[in-house]
Amino acid sequence: MRRTPKDTEDSARKVRRRAVLMGGAMGAFVAVLGARMRYLSVEQADEFRLLAEENRVNIRLIPPARGLILDRNGKLIAGNEQNYRVVITREDAGDVPQVLNRLASIVPLTPEDIEKTLKEVERRSPFVPITVADRLSWTDFSKIALNAPSLPGVTPEVGLSRSYPLDTDFAHVVGYVGPVSEKDLAEIESPDPLLQIPKFQIGKIGVERWIEDNLRGRAGQKRIEVNHVGRVMRELERIEGSPGDDIRLTIDAEAQNFAQVRMGEESAAMVAMDVETGDILACASAPSFDPNLFVRGISQKDYSTLMENDHRPLSNKAVAGAYPPGSTFKMVTALAALESGLINAQTGVYCPGHYEVGTRRFHCWKRGGHGTVSLHSALAESCDVYFYDIAQKIGIDRIAEVGRKLGLGQRMDLPMSAITEGVMPDKAWLAQRYGQDWRIGDTINASIGQGYVLASPLQLAVMTARIASGRAIAPRLVKAIGSEELPVPDAPQLEITPEYLAAVRQGMFEVMNSPRGTAKASKVADETMLMAGKTGTAQVRIISAAERASGVIDNKNLAWRLRDHALFVCYAPYDRPKVAVSVVVEHGGGGSAVAAPLARDLLLFCLTGGIPPLSAYPASQRGTIETRFKEMKLRDISGAGTAKSRA
Amino acid sequence: MSFLEYRIKTAPTGLRKVFYINWPLVLLLSAVASVGFLMLYSVAGGNMETWAEPQMKRFGVGMVLMFIVAFTPIWFWRNMSVLAYLVSVALLLVVEFFGRVGMGAQRWIELGPIVLQPSEMMKFTLVMMLAAYYDWLDPKKVSRPLWVLVPVILIVLPTVLVLMQPNLGTSVMLLAAGAAVMFCAGVSWWYFGGVAALVGGAIYGVFAFRGTPWQFLHDYQYRRIDTFLDPTADPLGAGYNIIQAQIALGSGGWAGKGFMQGTQSRLNFLPEKHTDFIFTTLAEEFGYIGAFSLLLLYAGIIGFCVISALQNRDRYSQLLILGVAANLFFYIAVNLSMVMGMAPVVGVPLPLLSYGGSAMLVLLVGFGLVQSAHVHRPR
Repeated sequence: MRRTPKDTEDSARKVRRRAVLMGGAMGAFVAVLGARMRYLSVEQADEFRLLAEENRVNIRLIPPARGLILDRNGKLIAGNEQNYRVVITREDAGDVPQVLNRLASIVPLTPEDIEKTLKEVERRSPFVPITVADRLSWTDFSKIALNAPSLPGVTPEVGLSRSYPLDTDFAHVVGYVGPVSEKDLAEIESPDPLLQIPKFQIGKIGVERWIEDNLRGRAGQKRIEVNHVGRVMRELERIEGSPGDDIRLTIDAEAQNFAQVRMGEESAAMVAMDVETGDILACASAPSFDPNLFVRGISQKDYSTLMENDHRPLSNKAVAGAYPPGSTFKMVTALAALESGLINAQTGVYCPGHYEVGTRRFHCWKRGGHGTVSLHSALAESCDVYFYDIAQKIGIDRIAEVGRKLGLGQRMDLPMSAITEGVMPDKAWLAQRYGQDWRIGDTINASIGQGYVLASPLQLAVMTARIASGRAIAPRLVKAIGSEELPVPDAPQLEITPEYLAAVRQGMFEVMNSPRGTAKASKVADETMLMAGKTGTAQVRIISAAERASGVIDNKNLAWRLRDHALFVCYAPYDRPKVAVSVVVEHGGGGSAVAAPLARDLLLFCLTGGIPPLSAYPASQRGTIETRFKEMKLRDISGAGTAKSRA
Repeated sequence: MSFLEYRIKTAPTGLRKVFYINWPLVLLLSAVASVGFLMLYSVAGGNMETWAEPQMKRFGVGMVLMFIVAFTPIWFWRNMSVLAYLVSVALLLVVEFFGRVGMGAQRWIELGPIVLQPSEMMKFTLVMMLAAYYDWLDPKKVSRPLWVLVPVILIVLPTVLVLMQPNLGTSVMLLAAGAAVMFCAGVSWWYFGGVAALVGGAIYGVFAFRGTPWQFLHDYQYRRIDTFLDPTADPLGAGYNIIQAQIALGSGGWAGKGFMQGTQSRLNFLPEKHTDFIFTTLAEEFGYIGAFSLLLLYAGIIGFCVISALQNRDRYSQLLILGVAANLFFYIAVNLSMVMGMAPVVGVPLPLLSYGGSAMLVLLVGFGLVQSAHVHRPR
């Protein structure tokens, strides 16, 4: 086809026109791109810079060292132990199974351990260190370090883990720590980010749990640079946290150990309290368990052994056990009667061995009866009929009022788990709890600490301390947090006439020191440490009329769980009380035979600050006592200090 | 016979052609490519061998090819246009049936040591074909329906073949470049308006049929569209790339974080940092100043092409130059829109910067054609 120059010139002009148009459109779009870029990288730069930083910088928490728990003299109860472990990193190890097999020839590793590690290694990114073995011995740990060249990717590491050097002695008071559970997180309102750290341990029960906030400390932070898959490139910044506060308890570790060992195989609890300050000097519950097992992760077998034991080692009987106080409650009935003005210390009551109310007959523990008794002799000989009689005169509500003044029926505020309220029953309580009317028989039962009345060994110790001092002593478990000594709270005078308290104290003195006292066998010979106390034997079963007729079955012939509880409360020295002690031996039999000797030993231990001198005991008993002390396997903690503090 | 043939005598011959080469264009191309080498060196973490060195070698080869093509008279290339087009279409068919599968799509064929990507070749052979067509066609007839249908078929045939690979990015580029040549050839505005309306309808259709067995696109392409509309909806999945790209781009600020200091690329947060998203590293490390300078360089290349086309009175040459320029422009526009979050992620590389052999060689050959048209223009 042939075209004229004019045609081609025209068409070229048209192309030029369109070319200019297109060029203009392109230029305009380039301008748009420039504007958009300006918007992103100039106007929004700060925002994107922040996002880039968030991408690149990760914040890792550095767990703080947990605060130590010490006894009143600074002896270590809970500390942080160096935990030697070995980790493997896939990318450095190369052939992981081969390296693990080599490692197994150096330190004990089960095939299961290896398999578990291999699985974990597969699952995680190649640069994440996986723990192969935990809690290695120092020997194994150093062996790994020595063999490092043949173990690529294997690193020995040192961490801190909680340890309880006095293991069983403080299991109930101090408790133990464990990894944070979903349940723990749900209970905490504003969770500390520390709790999100895998395997971070927090207090589960006892002091560890209830003073968790002070013990935990504040987390440190490190800012690290990571790449897109989270590999750590370098550390940018490090802010050190602060370790948790050390907690000093009021408990004397040696007295605690003595109490724990002294209870032996019994299912029992003992509490010793400073009468002046309320400091709990010992709070023991037997049998006990090793809290270290829980920190390491208790095996199913160990756990079921603990659970199946009928002596309930996991239960803190000293504060969580609610027992009928038996005759140890008689001081309350006596004080209530004196306060009512209906009797005085000299009022006599005739005890024929039983007491009749309507058609019902209530028995005294002594079949033949005590004859005529008054306050002192009724306490000393623990005559039941005397208390039936005075209780029946004053009614339950007055008794309950005095009981509450002495600390019964209320929860003691201490940083321990499962502290029981006990029961101090009155008419209103029964109506509310069971919708029943209070009957006279209930008062009779309550008057000697049976029936509805329940109290923990801790409450009995508080009751005794209050009777001894005449003041509303409150128990105290924490002596100092960090470097701050907690003040001893003021204990107001009890609203009970001091004269009546003195009368009851005299009765308690006679329990130990009168020739007719129920606990005269456990008296103290040393004039400077004379004791006052009260025995108690609490029935846990109903004795039928038929059984009574044919002779009450002796405790020894009953199944263990049907035997009476043996109780004893005491304080010394009787004239200027310093220490109060309560003892409950579950199904132990008689208070005077079983509980009183235990209480005397602990009381003297606390007073003398060590194994009591034999001179404190009556001459006839010294031989037996000496043998007993020799056979006790006490822990040597006199030298143990805080030397093994934080690593 | 076209206008060109009257004035052949005036075209330079032999080595004298060197003086008639459009040197500013060569310089601009080299400058942009150098920025590319720098960035490839940076994203490789300061390593030449990974990407920068092979890219430089290819650029060297590409420059040689460009000069060979430039020194060959433009009328030779015009006469080769139909053949080149047919060969390209044939190769596309070969890829379709015998090609190597890579990244979920058939894009390559291997001829001994050479790995060919026919879809790349097609970009310029299509422009050549259309330019030759309009050179042949009487300018008065360009807007007649029958004569509009012919180039439409010429465009749609390779576009469909590329789309079937599937390679959405390149097929869109082919359509755009073809449309640009038709526009410059003077096809009536009405057609473009009509096509725009049709495309609008088609987009509607694509979405209307989504989720049915008749859906037009692959799921991953739908997801790309979703991600484009709201990248934050799936920040760890489909939206990850675009979010990270914008973070890199935005965090550079005015002057950037400094060469090799881009945290997004150095710590691998950026995906495809050496190919489609290389611009974000530039913006991160050299900031707005660096990125805008690159934009100016690109604008310069396009500008010189347009000027060259305006100076040229040969219809084939004009359309060829404009077609190549439009092609370059569309690549830049789509890639930059993509990384700046203005367009969906369609997998279009940034010309001369992104790492990739075929694209670089083909682009330089395309500029060889531009130079040839420039050197041999009627005077």
